[in-house]
Amino acid sequence: MTEITFLLNGETVRVAADPTRTLLDWLREDQGLTGTKEGCNEGDCGACSVVVTDEKGVRALNACILFLPQLHGKAVRTVEGMAGPDGTLHPVQQAMVDLHGSQCGFCTPGFISSMVAGHMQGRTDHDVVLAGNLCRCTGYAPIIRAAEAAEAEDAPEWLDDDAAELDVAPLSIAPESVDELAAWYADNPDATLIGGATDVGLWVTKQMRDLPKVAFLNRCADLKGFDLSGDVIRAGAGVTMTDMYETMQVYHPSYAGMIRRYASEQVRNAATLGGNIANGSPIGDNPPVLIALGATLHLRKGSTRRDIQLEDFFIDYGKQDRAPGEFVEAVSFPKSAPALRVYKISKRFDQDISAVLGAFNVTVADGKVTDARIAFGGMAGIPKRAKAVEDALIGKDWSEATIDATLPAFAADFTPLTDMRASADYRLEAAQNLLCRYFAELNGQATNVLEVRA
Amino acid sequence: MSVTKPLPHDSGPLHVTGQARYVDDIPTPANCLHLAFGTSSIARGTVTAMDLDPVRTAPGVVAVLTADDLPFANDVSPSIHDEPLLSVGTVHYVGQPIFVVAATSHHAARRAAAKARITYAEEAPILTVDQAVAAGQYFDDGPRVWQKGDTDAALAAAPHRLRGRLEMGGQEHFYLESHASMVAPQEGGDVVVYSSTQHPTEIQHKVAEALGVPMNAVRVEARRMGGGFGGKESQGNALACACAVIAVKTGRPVKMRYDRDDDMTITGKRHDFRIDYDVGFDDTGRIKGIDFQQYTRGGWALDLTIPVADRAMLHADNAYLLDHARITSHRLRTNTQSATAYRGFGGPQGIFGIERVMDHIAHTLGLDPIAVRQVNYYHNMGPVRAGKVSGNTTPYGMEVRDFILDEMTEKLLADANYADRKAAIADWNAKNPILKRGIGFSPVKFGISFTLTHLNQAGALVHVYQDGSIHLNHGGTEMGQGLFQKVAQVAASRFGVDVSLVKITATDTGKVPNTSATAASSGSDLNGMAAKAACDTIRDRMANCLAELHQCPVERVRFEDGKVRVGDNEMTFEQAAATCYQNRVSLSATGFYKTPDLSWDRAKGQGRPFFYFSHGAALTEVVIDTLTGENRILRTDIIHDVGRSLNPALDKGQVEGAFVQGAGWLTTEELVWDDKGRLRTHAPSTYKIPACSDRPEVFNVELWDGENPEATIYRSKAVGEPPFNLGMSAFFALSDAAAACGPNYPMLDAPATAERVLQAVKRARG
Repeated sequence: MTEITFLLNGETVRVAADPTRTLLDWLREDQGLTGTKEGCNEGDCGACSVVVTDEKGVRALNACILFLPQLHGKAVRTVEGMAGPDGTLHPVQQAMVDLHGSQCGFCTPGFISSMVAGHMQGRTDHDVVLAGNLCRCTGYAPIIRAAEAAEAEDAPEWLDDDAAELDVAPLSIAPESVDELAAWYADNPDATLIGGATDVGLWVTKQMRDLPKVAFLNRCADLKGFDLSGDVIRAGAGVTMTDMYETMQVYHPSYAGMIRRYASEQVRNAATLGGNIANGSPIGDNPPVLIALGATLHLRKGSTRRDIQLEDFFIDYGKQDRAPGEFVEAVSFPKSAPALRVYKISKRFDQDISAVLGAFNVTVADGKVTDARIAFGGMAGIPKRAKAVEDALIGKDWSEATIDATLPAFAADFTPLTDMRASADYRLEAAQNLLCRYFAELNGQATNVLEVRA
Repeated sequence: MSVTKPLPHDSGPLHVTGQARYVDDIPTPANCLHLAFGTSSIARGTVTAMDLDPVRTAPGVVAVLTADDLPFANDVSPSIHDEPLLSVGTVHYVGQPIFVVAATSHHAARRAAAKARITYAEEAPILTVDQAVAAGQYFDDGPRVWQKGDTDAALAAAPHRLRGRLEMGGQEHFYLESHASMVAPQEGGDVVVYSSTQHPTEIQHKVAEALGVPMNAVRVEARRMGGGFGGKESQGNALACACAVIAVKTGRPVKMRYDRDDDMTITGKRHDFRIDYDVGFDDTGRIKGIDFQQYTRGGWALDLTIPVADRAMLHADNAYLLDHARITSHRLRTNTQSATAYRGFGGPQGIFGIERVMDHIAHTLGLDPIAVRQVNYYHNMGPVRAGKVSGNTTPYGMEVRDFILDEMTEKLLADANYADRKAAIADWNAKNPILKRGIGFSPVKFGISFTLTHLNQAGALVHVYQDGSIHLNHGGTEMGQGLFQKVAQVAASRFGVDVSLVKITATDTGKVPNTSATAASSGSDLNGMAAKAACDTIRDRMANCLAELHQCPVERVRFEDGKVRVGDNEMTFEQAAATCYQNRVSLSATGFYKTPDLSWDRAKGQGRPFFYFSHGAALTEVVIDTLTGENRILRTDIIHDVGRSLNPALDKGQVEGAFVQGAGWLTTEELVWDDKGRLRTHAPSTYKIPACSDRPEVFNVELWDGENPEATIYRSKAVGEPPFNLGMSAFFALSDAAAACGPNYPMLDAPATAERVLQAVKRARG
C-alpha cells in the first residue's frame, strides 16, 4: 500500500492504495462517484475521462488506465465536480443540454470532461479534442455544436482551485530523478516501469496480471524534457506524446500530422515516447519515424550509458537489445529533415492502431537520390527499415521510372501478416503505393484525403 | 401544446452532471456478489473434462455453478428454448458460457473465471455461408421463398440482364454501456431485477422460468440504458437469469456486468448477409423481373433470426415497385455468436441488396443512378390515395398508399445542388489522378410495425396526484432515443399542462405488464397512444366531475395552457385535481393501444404487415485515395419523413445518429473471425465505430414537412430505424469514386474499409 495525496473535485484526499488500482475503480467502488463510466476499460472509448491538473496545466485523461500513484500531488476533477457549488452548470454542460448533445448519456460524462479540459485550454479544434470519446447515439454533430457554442463563455472560477499546487512528499515507488531511477532499477531489474500506463494499464485491466514490483516514472522531472540546443533534438523518454506533438509541429510537421492521429488526446496526454519505444511493439507509431530520421537511442543501466542506432534496438518480435535493469533514457534525432513524410494507414483515421505506418526520408541532389532512410511499422515483427527499397533508390534518378522499378524490392524487405487490421496483400501493396504517394507529394500533387473539403 | 416542441432530452441535466443512474451505478449492499462467466475457447465440440478447483479456490470466490447446478430452466432463448444459459456439455461458439463464478468483486470474479482448466473434443466448426449451405445447416426448415408475378418469364423477356453478388458484414452494437443486471432477493423467493434491457417483460419471463416461479414473483425495473440499438432486446437474459439464480441460492444481492471484451465475445450482433441478384431491366433501367437469394449467418442459436430474415425479405423492394420478384431467404446456423436484433432488424440488409442493384443497373446503362431509382419508385401517395393508380403493391401484396419519395427526392436534389455538384466532381476528378471524389444517393421506405402482429400492443399507467403533479409510466424503455420525453409531451398535451408537471418513471413490469420490446421503432407510436388513452380516461373523469359541479356541458370543459376552463370558470390544473380528489374521482388509469389494420400470413408471405411506411433520402459526397483506399465523407444532405414530429430536436438527433451509425456499418466497422471461429475484433481497439471526425463535415439534416396519413399519435411517424439506412449513400458515393478510376463496375463490398475500396479501384480499372 502506498499513501497518495491529491485533490478530488477541490478537496484534498489521502488514499492508501494498491499501486495498480485504477482511478476509475477507486472512484466508482470506493468513492461512490459513479458519474465516471467504464465503457471499455482499455482507454479506447473515453467514457471514463476525467480532468487532471498539474504543473503542466489542464488535460483530460482516461481514468480506466490511470493508476492512483500517477495522481500524487495533482488535482482530479470528475463530472460530478464540473458544476458550481450552487448547481450552476459549466458552460459546456449547459450547451450539451440545450443543443441536444446527449442521448443515452453514458458517454456524456467523458465528453464533458474532455470538453471542459478543451475549454480551459481555449481549444477550438474540437475533432481533435474529442477524438478519444466515442458516442454511438448522436453522430457527434450536436456535441460539436455544443462545444462551439461554449467557446465564447468564460471558464467558471470554481475550477480555479485545481491550479493550486499540492505540497506532497515523494513516493517510494516514484523516483524523483533519473539517477534515482537508474540506481533503483539496476537493483530491481524484475520491476515493471510505468510511464503513462497506456500499455501497462491493459496488462492489469485486460490481462488481469499482478504487478508485484513497479516504479512510476512520471515524477522524474529530468526524464521529461527536450534538449533543443544543437542540431539534434534530444527527447527524454518521459516526454508525452502531447509534448511530442507540440515540438514536432515546429521541426517535423509531417510527423506531427501523424501524432495528431496517434491514439487520442487522453492517451497522448499520458503516453510517453520512451514507453512506445521500450515496449518493442511492431505497431508502435514512433519507431519507424525515428528510424527514418536516423535516431540514436540512449540506454542506461545504473551509471552506465550506451548509445545505439534505434533500428538495432528491435531484434525480433518481443525481443529488444535491452539488458535487465537497463532502460530507455532518451532518444536523439535530427532537427531538420525537410523530406520526411509519415503516412499512417488504419481502418479509422483517428484513434486507431496502424495497419501500416510508413516513414520516408529521401535525400535528392541534382535529380539523383543520394540517401534514403525508409522504415515501416506493421510490416514485420518489429519496426523495420526497408533496406532493399533504399538500396534500389540510392544513386538512381528521382523519377517515376525509378519508383516503378523500386516497387518489387518491397517484397524483399517485407513478408507481412494477415490480421484483423489488414491482409498481407493489402499491407504490401499499400506500402508500395506509399512510396508512390511520397513521390507524388514531393512533386506537389494532391495526395491527402484529409485536406479535401466539400 | 407540448407536442411538436423541440424540448431537450428529459435526462439531459442528469447526463451532463453524472447523476443519471445506470444499472452499475445503483448503490449495492456490502454483501453484493458479482458474477463472471467462464466461456468456451473453441467454436464447436464437447467438453471432455472441466477442472474448476482453481476457480473455486481463487480469492473472493463464493460459488461456482455449472449447468447441473441450475434449479429449473437452463434457457435464455427468446424464441425456441435452444439457448442454454450454461453449456450442457456441447459448445457451439467461442465465448459460449460454460460456468458462472460468484465472487466478492467484479474483478475477483473475472480473474477467477480465467483459471478454469477445460478440455474439449473439438469438431470442425461451420463458420461461413458456404460451409453452412454445404452442411445443410438451416434454421426454419430450409430456404423460405416469397414471390410476386412470374419472375422467370420476366427475366427471360427483359432487354437487359445482370447478375451480381453483394457481401455485407454484420455490426457490433457497441452501446457504450455494456450489459448489466442486478438482482435483489425478496421474501418468499421473489426477486426484483434491475436490468439494462429493451425488453423488461422478456427478462421477467426468463427469470421466472430460471427460478421456477410464476411471473408475478419477478419484478423488473429498467430506468435507462446506455444505448441499446437492438442489442438489449434478448441478450440481457443470460445476465439476469444468472444473477437471479445465485441471488435466490445465496440470499445475497447479485450483480453482473460484462467487461467490454466479454460483451463483444459473448453477445450477438447484426446479421451479416450475402445477396445474389439476377435482374432484368429495360433501357431506362426499369426493373422487369428480379430474383434475390439472401443468405445470412444466424449463429449457433435461433434467437430472432427468423423475424430478422423475414424483414430483410420484406425490404428487398425498398422504394421500388417490382412487378415480378422472387426472394429466397437462407437462414443458416453457424458456430458463431447468435446474431440478434440490430437497428433495422434485417431491413437494412434487404434494402442494401436492391440499392446495389440500382447502382449496378445505372452503371451498366450509363445512366444517372438517381434517375434509375426514380424510374423504379412506387407511385406517389397523392394519385394512389385518390384511386388513380392500381397495382402499387409490394412483393408481399401490400398496397403502398403513403409513398412520398418523389417530392422528397426532388427537394433533396434541388437543396443539395446535385446536378452542379455532380459536374464539378467530374471536373475535379479529371484534374486529380490520385484522389477521386464520388457522390451517392440512397432512399429508404421502411415498414413500421412488428411483423409478429401480436407484439403491436402497449400499455400505460398514469396517476394524477391531488397537487396536480402527474406520474407517467408505460411499457417502453429509454435507451437514449428520447421516448420518455416524447410520451411525457403527449401526456402533458392531453392535460394541457407544461411537461415539467409530468414525472417520468422507470419502466416496471409491476406497473405495466405484458409489454413488447422497445424495438421496431415502435416506442412512441405504441406507448404514446397508450399514454394518451390513459390520460384521456382521467381527463374525461375530471371533465365530467367539473362539468357537474359547475353545471355546464362537459363539451365546455377544456384543458389548455395549464388551466382547466369549465364554461366561463377557470382554474389551475392543480385546483382541478384537488377538486376532483375531494369529489372522490379516480385519478389513476391504465391505457392500452393495439395497432389497427394489420394482417400478415407469414407462411404465404402475403398481407399487410405494416401500418405505414417511413421515408427518407440522403445524398453524400466522399473522397478516396486510389493508392491506399483511404476515404472520407465530405458532405451529407438528408431529408427525412417523421410525419408530424412529436419533438423535432429529438427526431433530428435520431436521424443524425442513425446516419453516422449506418455509414459506420458500411465503412469502418469490420467484424473479423479467424479460421478457428474466434472473433478477433472484440474491443474498440480493433473494432472501429465512427469517431468524431468521421461524421460529415457538412451535415444538413431536414425533417420533411408532412404528416402521417394514418391515425398515429399526433400524426407522427416512427424514427429509430428508418434513417439508419441513409448511411448507404456514403457507400454508394465510395463506389462512385472508385468507378471514376476505370470503365468497370467496382463491385464494392461492405464494409468498405480502405482495403476493400482499393480492391474496388483495381476492379474498376480492370
